Amino acid sequence: MSTRNSFVSKGVDWTIVTLYAILVGIGILCIFMVEYRSGTNWLQLFLGGKTNYSKQLFFAGFCTLIATFILLADSKLFTAFANLTYVFGILLMLATFVIGKDIKGSRSWISLGGGFNLQPAELCKIFAALALAKYMSMQNLDFTKKRSQLIAVAIVLLPAILSRFQHETGLALVYLSFFIAMYREGLPAEILIIGISFGALVVATLTVDPNTLAITLTLIAALLIYILRRQIKRNSKLLMMIVATWAICVTIQRFAVPYIFNNVFECYQSQRIYSAVGKDYDCSQNKHNKSEIAAGAKSSFKPDDYNVRQSKIAIGSGGFSGRGFLKGTQTRGKYVPEQHTDFIFTSLGEAFGFVGCTIFLLLYLFLLFRIVNIAERQRSTFSRVYAYSVASIIFFHITVNVCMTIGLFPIIGIALPLISYGGSSLLTFTVLIFILLRLDADRQMVLR
Amino acid sequence: MSVFNQSRSRVVQIIFLLIFVVILIQLINLQIFSSKYKLAAENNAIYRKIVYPDRGIIFDRKKKAMLENTISYDLVVTPIESKGTDTISLCTLLNIDTAEYKRRMHEIVFKYTAVKPSVFEGLLSQELYAKLYENMYKFPGFNLTDRSVRTYPFNTGAQVLGYIAEVDTSFLKRHKDGGYEMGDYAGMNGLERTYEKVLMGERGIKRFIRDNRSRIQGPYENGMFDTSAVAGRNLYTSVDVEVQQLAEKLLANKIGSAVAINPKTGGIIAMVSSPNYNPNDLTGSARRKNLGRMLLDTARPMFNRAIKGQYPPGSTFKPLGAVIALDEGVITPNYGYPCYGSYSNCGVIVKCEHKNAGHAASLRLALANSCNSYFSQVFRMAIDNPDYHNATLGYLKWKEYMNKFGMGTALDVDLPSENKASVPDTAVYNKAYGRNRWNSCTILTLGIGQDKMTATPIQLANMMCIIANKGYYYTPHFVDSIEHEQLDDTLYLAKYRKKHSVIHTSDTVFRAVHEGMHDVTVYGTASEIKVPGIEYCAKTGTAQNPHGKNHSLFVCFAPKDNPRIAVAVIVENAGFGATWAGPIGAFIMEKYLNDTIAADRLSEVERISKADLIPIAIKDWYVKKENQRQAKLILEAEAAKAEMNSESKQINIEEEDNSEKIPIGIEKNKEQLEMILPNNKNIKPALPPNKKDSSKKKNTNTSTALLIDESKKWLVKKSKA
Repeated sequence: MSTRNSFVSKGVDWTIVTLYAILVGIGILCIFMVEYRSGTNWLQLFLGGKTNYSKQLFFAGFCTLIATFILLADSKLFTAFANLTYVFGILLMLATFVIGKDIKGSRSWISLGGGFNLQPAELCKIFAALALAKYMSMQNLDFTKKRSQLIAVAIVLLPAILSRFQHETGLALVYLSFFIAMYREGLPAEILIIGISFGALVVATLTVDPNTLAITLTLIAALLIYILRRQIKRNSKLLMMIVATWAICVTIQRFAVPYIFNNVFECYQSQRIYSAVGKDYDCSQNKHNKSEIAAGAKSSFKPDDYNVRQSKIAIGSGGFSGRGFLKGTQTRGKYVPEQHTDFIFTSLGEAFGFVGCTIFLLLYLFLLFRIVNIAERQRSTFSRVYAYSVASIIFFHITVNVCMTIGLFPIIGIALPLISYGGSSLLTFTVLIFILLRLDADRQMVLR
Repeated sequence: MSVFNQSRSRVVQIIFLLIFVVILIQLINLQIFSSKYKLAAENNAIYRKIVYPDRGIIFDRKKKAMLENTISYDLVVTPIESKGTDTISLCTLLNIDTAEYKRRMHEIVFKYTAVKPSVFEGLLSQELYAKLYENMYKFPGFNLTDRSVRTYPFNTGAQVLGYIAEVDTSFLKRHKDGGYEMGDYAGMNGLERTYEKVLMGERGIKRFIRDNRSRIQGPYENGMFDTSAVAGRNLYTSVDVEVQQLAEKLLANKIGSAVAINPKTGGIIAMVSSPNYNPNDLTGSARRKNLGRMLLDTARPMFNRAIKGQYPPGSTFKPLGAVIALDEGVITPNYGYPCYGSYSNCGVIVKCEHKNAGHAASLRLALANSCNSYFSQVFRMAIDNPDYHNATLGYLKWKEYMNKFGMGTALDVDLPSENKASVPDTAVYNKAYGRNRWNSCTILTLGIGQDKMTATPIQLANMMCIIANKGYYYTPHFVDSIEHEQLDDTLYLAKYRKKHSVIHTSDTVFRAVHEGMHDVTVYGTASEIKVPGIEYCAKTGTAQNPHGKNHSLFVCFAPKDNPRIAVAVIVENAGFGATWAGPIGAFIMEKYLNDTIAADRLSEVERISKADLIPIAIKDWYVKKENQRQAKLILEAEAAKAEMNSESKQINIEEEDNSEKIPIGIEKNKEQLEMILPNNKNIKPALPPNKKDSSKKKNTNTSTALLIDESKKWLVKKSKA
C-alpha cells in the first residue's frame, strides 16, 4: 500500500477497501463452492475461463481497474456530471423499451456485444444516488419544505417506476432505500413511521383472519379514545384523527390489500408474498390469471415455494458450524435454484453454518457502520447524502436478499452485494463504493 | 459541517442493527433449533443404496447344503433415462409386444416414479441375459443388475425349506420395522420364513450424494457412514438329506405324508408331503408360471400335509389309548377283554378283525392283534373312570392327556402355519347331542382313532417319540443350531431344547406297550415288514374317512431298545396300513439307521415309488386340465392359420378353394376340436357325464384337507388294522 502513489492513496479509507476485497473474495469462493464438482480438475476449468468463478474473477479484475480509475479521477467530476449522468441513465432505461433484450422474462437489458449485457436500471442506482446528492446539496435548498421533499422523492422514484415497467420489481424496490438517506437529511419521521405501519398492516392482513383483524383494530381505536378521553374533550380533532386512522386501516385491510393482490400483482408475485408469510395464495382469484385462462393460456399452477423451501433446507442443514467448505450436499446437488446469483447466501449457510453466517453478516454490518461513519465526517452535503445513499442501497440489498433466502421476505430477484455472481451487480457496487472513497479522500474540499 | 439532524445517524445505525438481529434470530431458528431441515437435506441429497447380503444357507445334519445361493440377473429400467431406447429390438428380445412394453413402463412410472430404477423384467434366464448383455448399448436407461437367488442342489425338501419371493405391499405393512423395501425378497414359507431374520443377514447401506435430478455425484463423506452388508447366518438342521430324498421318492405318485423324528432330540430327520414339487421351479424366470400352476393344482403341492393335513389316526392311536388308560390306572398290562369279533356293548357294533377267543387276553396281545373291541372297552373305562363322576369330566381328563401328548394342540414346530388338528372339545359334543346327553358310548370310536379325532402326521410322529422315550419328548423342530448363535436365537431355540415330560408312569407300562408294538412287527399286522438287522416297534392303521378308500397309516420307532427314529407315514386312500405306509416307514428307518438300503430291497423301493395311488378324481382333474390346455393350443393354432389364410386370400383373391377351408368362426373351430380331441391318443378320453359329475364332487372334497364328515354313516363299518 505504501508503494502506491501518494497522490492517489492519500486520504483513502483503507478499511473499506480491505472489506471490499474480503467480500469479493468470499463471493468468488462461494461461486466456486456452487460450481465445484468432486473429481473434476477445477484448476484446469478455472484457467479455461468457462466457469462462473473464473468469470467472476475476471469481473473482479475489471472492477479493480475501474476502481483505480475512479480513485484517480477528480472528485469534482462527480458533482459536475451528477445531473447529466442521471439524465443519461433515465434515457438508457427508456431505450430498453425499444432496443431492450429479453433475459429471463425481463426486458431490461441492453446488449453490448461479445456476450456482455448491461442492465441500465442497475447503473441508474449510482446515477440516482449522485443526482439525489447533487439536488440535496444545492445551496439554496430548504429540505424542510414539502416542495423540495417532493422533488427529491421524484428523482428517486422515476427510475423505480421505469424499473417496475420493465418487470424488475426487485430493482424498483431498491430505490425505496433512498428514503433512509432522505430521512437522515430531514425527511419527516412520520413518513417512515407511516410506511412501517402500513407494512405491518399489510403483513397482518395476510396472516390474520380479516374479521379478527377488523375487531382488533376497532378495539385498539376504542381503547385509544378511552385513554385519551380527557384530551379529546379539549381537542375534538384528535377524535376525528383516531376515527379517520381507524377507517383507513380497516379499508386497507378489508379492501385495498385484497384488491392489490388480486388485481395489481401478477399471480406469481402474490404467491411469493403469501408464501413468505407461510400461506398459500389461491391464484384463481387473480385477475391476471383469470384473463390468462380466458385467453386459453396454461391454467393456474400449484403454489410454488420450491425455491424458499430448498433455500431454507440448505441453510438449515448447515447447523451451528456448517458442513465445511465444499461439503454441502444441497449445494453440490444443485438443489437450490439460482444458487450462484440470488441464492448465494445458501451455499455460505450450508458450508459454514450459523457461525459462518454470523461472521459474514458482521462483516457487512461493519461495512455499513463504517460507511455511516464516513458519511458523518463529510463536510459537504453532497458527499454525506451520497454516502448515506450507498449505505442504504447496500443495506437494502443485504436485507432483502438474506431475508428472502431465510424465508422472511418474498422472493424477488435482488443480488447480494459483492457476493452474487454477475458483472453488472459487482460493477455497480464497486463504482458506488469507490466514488464514495474518492469523495471521502477529498473530504477537506467543499463540494457543491 | 451540517450537524442538523445528526442524531438521526444513530437512528439509521439502530435500524441497520435491528434488521441484522432479526436475521440472526431467524438464522438461529433455522440452523440451530430446527432439525427438520437437516433431515430434509438428507432426504434430498443422500441416496441410500442397499447392498444385499447373501442369504444364509441351510445345512442338513451331515453339513450338506440343502440350498445354496447363485446369481441371477434383473433387467432394470430408469424410465426418465430410457428415451432413445430401441424399443422394437428390446421387445423382440424379451418376446413382448410394444403395447406390453408401454403398459409396463406406465406401471413402473405410476408405482415407483420415473427417476428410480425399477425392475422391468426379473430373473432373466442365462440365455436371455447373454443376449441382452450384448445389446445393452441400444437401451439407454436400462441396466442389468444381479441378485442372489436360491438353488437347491438336492432338489428336495421344497415344502420344508419354503421359498423366497418379492415382498408385496401387504407384507410391507405387516413388517413396518423390518426394514424391507419394495423389491426386496423375503422368505415366504417354510424355514425361509420362520428364520427370515437369521437368514437375511444385515443389509449394508452405501450412501451417495445425488443432485436435484437424482444423478449420483459420488460417495457421501467418502463412505464414512456406509455400513457393509453382513451375510445371513447359516442354519444347521437335523434333516438327513438322503433320508428326505428317499422318503420323497417313496411317496412319489401318491398323496400323503411322512415325518421322521429323532426322539432323543426332537430333531426332524425327514418331512415329506406328497405331491411334492421341485424347489428349483420357484426360482428363476419360470417362477411365476410355476407358482400359478401349483397354486391351482387340485392336489395342492404347496400344501404341507405333514403339519397341515388332518387325518383320522385310526388304529395308530391305539398305543396312546393304552398308555392313557394305564396311566389313569383303569387297566393294568394284564387286563384282557373277551372279544369274539365285535364290540356291541353300546348298541352299535364295532367290528374286529379277529374272532378267536383270547386274541385280546392282555394289553400286549390286544395291541399285536389291534383288537377294536379291546380298545373300545379301554376307552370307555377311561371316560367312565369313577374318579371323575361323569362322562363329561372323564372325557375332559382324557382330552387333557391327549393334549399333553401333543394331540389336538399345535406342537410349535419351526414352520409357519402348523395345524393343530382336532381332539374335539366337550362343547362340540354338547352341541351335537346336548349337554350331558352323551357318554362313552356316543363317542365310542374315539377309542380306535376315529370319530371326530384327527391328527397331523407330525403329531403322530411326535406321539411315537413320547412312547419311544417312555414319557417325554422334545418339541419337533428342524434347526438344531444357528451359525454364530446370538441371544435372540438362543431364546428362540430354547423351546426346542427343553425336555417335556408328559407322564411319569412306571417303566412297566411303556414296556407293555413297546412289547405289544414289537409283536405287531413279529406276528401282527406288520409282520411282513422287516428292517434288516433292526428290531422295531410299530402300529399300522387303516383309517376310514369320508373321502373314499381308507387311508393307509403307519407309525413306528426303532430300534426297539434304544429308539433313535420315530416315523409316521400316511398314504391317502391307499387301503391297508401294512400295504403302502408300512414299507415306506420301514425304508425310512432302514436308511436312517443302516445308512443304506439293503441291495436286495432296492427293487422294492422302486416298486413302491412307481406305484400310482393318486385317487382317480385327481387324475381326472389333470386330464381335464390337459385337455383344456390342448384345446387352447389348437384354437390358437387354428386362429393363426386362419389369419394367415385370410392374408393370403387378400393377396390371392382368385384362389377360391382356399377360402372354403378357412374356418368361419370359433363355432367351427370348436367342432373341429371335438373331432380332434378323441383321436388324440396321448390324452385320456373324458369320462361320461354322470361319472364326471360325481368325480368332480369327490375331487373337491379331496382337495380340502380331508376334514371329517359330520355324518356318522360310516361309523358302524369295521375299523381294521
